Amino acid sequence: MNSSSPLKWFATREGLYYVALAVLLVVLLPLALDPFRLNMVGKYLTYAFVAIGLVMCWGKAGILSLGQGVFFGLGGYCMAMFLKLEASTPEATAIQSTPGIPDFMDWNQLTELPWFWEPFHSFSFTLLAVIGVPVLLAFVIGFAMFTRRVGGVYFAIITQAIAAILTILIIGQQGYTGGVNGITDLQTLNGWDIRTDEARTILYFVCVGMLFLCLFVARLVQNRKLGRILVAMNAQENRVRFSGYDVAAFKIFVFCLAAAFAGVGGALFTLIVGFMSPSFIGIVASIEMVIFCALGGRLSILGAVYGALLVNAAKSGFSESFPELWPFAMGALFIGVVLAFPNGLAGLYQTYVMPLEDKIFKRNKGAKLEAKPAEKAAEPKPTAEKTPDYDPMIDSYSPEKS
Amino acid sequence: MFDGYTSSELMSIFAMQGFAGLSLFSVFVLMALGLAIIFGQMGVINMAHGEFMILGAYTTYLTSGFFQSYLPSLFGGYFFVAMVLAFLICAALGAFVEWLMIRRLYHRPLDTLLATWGLSLIMQQAYRSIFGAREVGVDLPEWMMGAIQVTDLVELPINGLFVMIIALSIAVGVYFLMYRSGYGKKVRAVVQNRPMAEAVGINSAGIDRATFALGCGIAGVAGAAFTMIGSTGPSSGQAYIVDTFLVVVFGGAQSLIGTIVSAFGISQAQSTMEFFLSGSMAKVLTLLVVVGILMLRPEGLMALKVRR
Repeated sequence: MNSSSPLKWFATREGLYYVALAVLLVVLLPLALDPFRLNMVGKYLTYAFVAIGLVMCWGKAGILSLGQGVFFGLGGYCMAMFLKLEASTPEATAIQSTPGIPDFMDWNQLTELPWFWEPFHSFSFTLLAVIGVPVLLAFVIGFAMFTRRVGGVYFAIITQAIAAILTILIIGQQGYTGGVNGITDLQTLNGWDIRTDEARTILYFVCVGMLFLCLFVARLVQNRKLGRILVAMNAQENRVRFSGYDVAAFKIFVFCLAAAFAGVGGALFTLIVGFMSPSFIGIVASIEMVIFCALGGRLSILGAVYGALLVNAAKSGFSESFPELWPFAMGALFIGVVLAFPNGLAGLYQTYVMPLEDKIFKRNKGAKLEAKPAEKAAEPKPTAEKTPDYDPMIDSYSPEKS
Repeated sequence: MFDGYTSSELMSIFAMQGFAGLSLFSVFVLMALGLAIIFGQMGVINMAHGEFMILGAYTTYLTSGFFQSYLPSLFGGYFFVAMVLAFLICAALGAFVEWLMIRRLYHRPLDTLLATWGLSLIMQQAYRSIFGAREVGVDLPEWMMGAIQVTDLVELPINGLFVMIIALSIAVGVYFLMYRSGYGKKVRAVVQNRPMAEAVGINSAGIDRATFALGCGIAGVAGAAFTMIGSTGPSSGQAYIVDTFLVVVFGGAQSLIGTIVSAFGISQAQSTMEFFLSGSMAKVLTLLVVVGILMLRPEGLMALKVRR
């Protein structure tokens, strides 16, 4: 889509990976799963937004944020506040001592709507806030830290502390935020009931659409000079600085981009799941988001989607049958991904599946579609293969750093 | 928030909360010392530190059970046996973990963080399977019960005082080990310039392993002391890990004195504010102030003067 010749791009190898993902998400999964399961896949996909952001932020630029849950949660809470206000009309809440405010405020003896809830009556403001609030916070954090050249583990710890602070704050301020239960009992979006099977299926497709939008934005960033500077910064920060680039500005940008993706994911999460609570923000939730990205392959934006899907599917699978084994599996996953295959599934795919693909590609240059069945297990990042119809400017790079 | 209190009342409140904050201070110092050694000297973030501490606590729990059933006459002294055992077990596990994963990851600090997080998940679930999800407590020996009356408003529980003494003596011990012993000299040499240290014949891999084991061992002692003032559950360690990291970073990563000062500051601020605000708001405010100061002064309170 961003290519100069869109149709040709879809026939390139990189394009085919996107087509394969689209076929999986738009055709295969909706056909194979009932609405309940499809809704769960939609929930997993909202985490993929965060994972794509982490690929850009951590994989490419080397900034590990352990507070992505904060941005996910802020996006989600913005959406939830709008939906909650819509659900708390004076008629629907007539039995409360103060009708017209959300039920949990009434339980906590609040008699009027707090000022920061007021703007969320407006849908357009909410849409703006879903991206704006996380980006603003990311900008403040990023500006304060990156201009002082704080990075690495310090940044990770401080973002983790911010996740802890926000969770404690939300749980503590029950009257304003719904406390530990979160904002629940969300019903309609501009009068459209989001709890029916039909609505959930539509929301799933909206989610897939937004996911591809984010994928293309991420791809756009990674394939331009911007993306290469990010990777260069990760490898040799000082050389990039000495070449005259403002390293802090690039870091702030990529951190804000990741926050924006996470915010969109959070808002969709609220719509698809129907509530938002602090448990999706905290330290544990935030660090789990990193493993989605790490399993898929920290350098691969497509891998991030598969990583989020696989880890979450495994989590629900384990939690249904062997809840006590899941932490072991999760722990082993963290250790295994880091020690054994730091490039995740995308790295494995590149090492083992791609050579096979190369053979097929070389033998039947005309019949490119035959390569497709081999792509189901895991997808790599866009390849470095040079195809004649490639515009050299948007040619993908091959990372030398693992 | 000070409305409605006379100045003498305020003084006693501050004194009371200050003494209450001392037990939080002891926990912070005990946990942060181990972390400061591992993080400050090696640059490794050990997210499983809290779980090492809990391992020490469970060791103490088992030891107290053993003394109760087989050696009731010696029950008064079980704590010292437990402390040594906790140190040995945690240090041994620490050395094993270092050998298994940490040594492969020294050049990738962010990955160490993720790997040790995985380890902490596994350890937590192991505790849950072995000891159950419920919190366990130990019986205090008789000499540790009761309190010392200082003034008619302020009284000090003996167990809290004892834990603080342990914390401070470990701090002093670590100081002498790091700055007055041959081992400490080697550690500091490796921190400052690894290739040079290797060139003069220091076994840097061995120093790394010993340092990691030492940090974990101190976490174990911290856990043993922790049982004296609170009960132990599988996820008690995780509750403190973020605070403790902030303590270490706030103090300045390579400064032991800084760690103690920041542990004191954070615990006192939190405990004093807890009286006037709700517990959660006190914690939020403390953490916010710490994070805010760290954003303005990323090197922490007492940083080594180095060029970045």
